[in-house]
Amino acid sequence: MPHDGHDHDHTEPPSDIELRVKSLESLLVEKGLVDPATLDALVDRYEHHVGPQNGRKVVARAWTDPDYRQWLQDDASAAIGDFGFKGRQGEHMVCVENGPKVHNLVVCTLCSCYPWTVLGLPPVWYKSAPYRSRAVADPRGVLAEFGTTLDPDVDVRVWDSTSEMRYLVIPERPAGTDGWTAEQLEPLVTRNSMIGVEKARTPEELKGAAE
Amino acid sequence: MTALKQEDGPAFCEPWQAQAFALANALIDKGVFTADEWANTLGAEIKRAQAAGDPDTGETYYNHWLAALERLCAEKGLALGDEVSDRAEEWRNAYLATPHGQPVALK
Repeated sequence: MPHDGHDHDHTEPPSDIELRVKSLESLLVEKGLVDPATLDALVDRYEHHVGPQNGRKVVARAWTDPDYRQWLQDDASAAIGDFGFKGRQGEHMVCVENGPKVHNLVVCTLCSCYPWTVLGLPPVWYKSAPYRSRAVADPRGVLAEFGTTLDPDVDVRVWDSTSEMRYLVIPERPAGTDGWTAEQLEPLVTRNSMIGVEKARTPEELKGAAE
Repeated sequence: MTALKQEDGPAFCEPWQAQAFALANALIDKGVFTADEWANTLGAEIKRAQAAGDPDTGETYYNHWLAALERLCAEKGLALGDEVSDRAEEWRNAYLATPHGQPVALK
């Protein structure tokens, strides 16, 4: 940025909102309530290390290992923890499985509770008022907007997340993947399919995406 | 009808959003407030912003987040509103008193 004609004996203060955060942070650090290194580690973790790649592993294993799939049904937090993906705040995980006659959709109508340990940070639309209200009032309309159409006899179930209960959708395993290993299946599992707004990719879609 | 399906942006649009995100989670991890208190306060701030005319399409999410964080910190007596605004003035003055290019620190 050129600073021509700019006063060089001072530094331009940041915006009001940046100053608010900076002030709060410096007060909390002084009181020993937070540690700057912890804050940096938290940001780094959610920006770079936690994301749908975690959930993908869970789903692919559920598709290929019936015992694991049962474990997910019985105690999802423990089964997911088997990969080392653990919630930091003691929230319970629940896995809901899609099938030929059941489709699950996850929302948080209150704010933005989301299964962070397996999906990372939520996309902007998940946090938006239209999604939060319409997912409950008109789930099929929401699904259609994501290009997902279901037969009329499919039961659509909407799960409202809370600070204590977080849901992960296990999408249906796509046809044409018999004999595939978990590793081969992982790329078929998208974030949106684990929120329930879309289905998992088909092998054809995967091929198309790679080209 | 607002289009739901949109391209994903970055996790945080500006660094302050990441800082505010981390502060709230660090305080929850430390047990200063519970995840439930946090979700309820954030939900209340979102409702309040909506009532005040915020379109609440997700872009202003971290504004609500920060408002919730300030409110809980004030309620818990960790950082009162006056303390925060006084501190913000101190930072502002520190920036104005620091020659360009040098690190800004509070006196």
